Amino acid sequence: MANSWRRERWDSFRLLTPNWQSRLPGLRYEGPDPDGYMTVGEVVEFIERFAKVSRAPVRTGTDVTSLRRVDGGYQVTTSDGEIRCRAVVIASGACNRPTVPRFNDAVPASVEQLTPFDYRGPAQLPDGGVLVVGASATGVQLAAELRRSGRPVTLSVGEHVRVPRTYRGRDVLWWMNASGVWDQRFDEIDDLARARRLPSPQLVGTPERMTLDLNALASTGVELVGRWAAVRDGRALFSGGLRNVFSLADLKMERLLDTFDAWARTHGRDAEVGSPERFAPTRVPESTRLQLDLRSGEIRTIVWATGFRPDYGWLDVPVVDAKGLLRHEGGVLDSPGLYALGLPVLRRRKSTFIHGIEADAREVVDHLARYLALRG
Amino acid sequence: MTTVANGVNVQALLDAREVLKGAPEAAQFVWRATSRWQNGVHSTTTVKEFFGLGQEQSHKSEAVFDADHPEVFAAEDNGITPIEYLLVGLASCLTAGVASVAQNRGIQLRSVEATLEGKHDIRGILGVDGDVRNGFNDIKVTFNIDADASKQDIEALVAQSQKRSAVFDALTNPTDVTVEVA
Repeated sequence: MANSWRRERWDSFRLLTPNWQSRLPGLRYEGPDPDGYMTVGEVVEFIERFAKVSRAPVRTGTDVTSLRRVDGGYQVTTSDGEIRCRAVVIASGACNRPTVPRFNDAVPASVEQLTPFDYRGPAQLPDGGVLVVGASATGVQLAAELRRSGRPVTLSVGEHVRVPRTYRGRDVLWWMNASGVWDQRFDEIDDLARARRLPSPQLVGTPERMTLDLNALASTGVELVGRWAAVRDGRALFSGGLRNVFSLADLKMERLLDTFDAWARTHGRDAEVGSPERFAPTRVPESTRLQLDLRSGEIRTIVWATGFRPDYGWLDVPVVDAKGLLRHEGGVLDSPGLYALGLPVLRRRKSTFIHGIEADAREVVDHLARYLALRG
Repeated sequence: MTTVANGVNVQALLDAREVLKGAPEAAQFVWRATSRWQNGVHSTTTVKEFFGLGQEQSHKSEAVFDADHPEVFAAEDNGITPIEYLLVGLASCLTAGVASVAQNRGIQLRSVEATLEGKHDIRGILGVDGDVRNGFNDIKVTFNIDADASKQDIEALVAQSQKRSAVFDALTNPTDVTVEVA
């Protein structure tokens, strides 16, 4: 139970959502720190408690090795025997495997390479420089932690999502929730494919509720370089488009904060929150390096924080597209009785957050129940 | 629908995007240029045919570009310097992007001007100092845009035009280049 939380997160990991937002049907946080962020251990306990509260018939320690269509439904093969069923909900998540760019095999062998699945903490890395690739939540958190360990850290930055941890005195995720941004439905979003590919926001859950944007990282001495584009003759080549990814992220953040302000104004909530704030633009370094010699010994370790993908190697039903993603319409797959939950913007912007699953699950299960009723 | 008139057929672009989603092979284009040495460092390059949408295509007419070096390089200055063509390409690509994105976002443009400066240390190409690169050290583009939009929306237009620009990408990211003798 909660296997990916137990085995696929680093030691200092905390949830991005504040405790009061961690809720599932019949279960909410009742501890002393509603504004805090759960550690991995606390998330595992929370999920274990949900299993008890919901009295779901969970089979722990059981791997699903195959799912295929058979007459009248599906056949699930597990490490603990076969299961026949009329309907299946796939909720195996979007982050089963780290993705690493293909040019990683051109990195000299003298440089160690880690993914977030291998990474536990700074102590496991050799001394010396670290190149963290990717500036979403994982990348900025690992870059900050590695920098605090005293190592020189270079962060390769592509398109990213910048948000402050708190805005007008409230957690930014309080705003996402209250203003309705998170409730935006998949069928109302202009570019759904893009919304589903959006990198995770530059957030970290710390007791101090600190903002971990690129300015914060740069002020601790992290060197920013552009998106890593290629390896040539043992040299990493970085994009010269860093300024523009800063502008894009700054502009999008401002637009989001404008949305929050407009919501607070029109809903008469201005009095209960602080005054509107605006944040300094991302500082452009005076000069950025476009290449880095990976054979020079400057970089001893590369940490690939370049995203994750789902793994459907066990799914023997043709519902996966050429990019390895499930083809679905709000969680309804093109195979009767087969459903998905917990994927990015499955039915709402909040679909992949713990409290976001409930509304999605109700709608998907309604569909499933109608399907079973019609089939008789 | 939008009532702005920037002269970009955005609907055709959006339709093409939908069609090419299911037909990646039709999206494979090959752009071509042919050059001929004239005299000194003067050359003439012509552009007419290209390949795309699964077949040979052609511009309405052939375009001819002279490239040379200026007199301060002891040349005849029959045309602009090759590296200046990169600025031409970048300026026109970003400007096309601004117009397209503005049309798509319903923003009426009145004027769009860009000034480009590419900083170039010619000690690289002259072999004076092996640590100096041959190409631009940096390029600065300054847009002056008059449009029915806020400053923030105009900044977003310019940012988006870079995000979708072929030449911006070609200049900021490495490209594998093969040069052979036939």
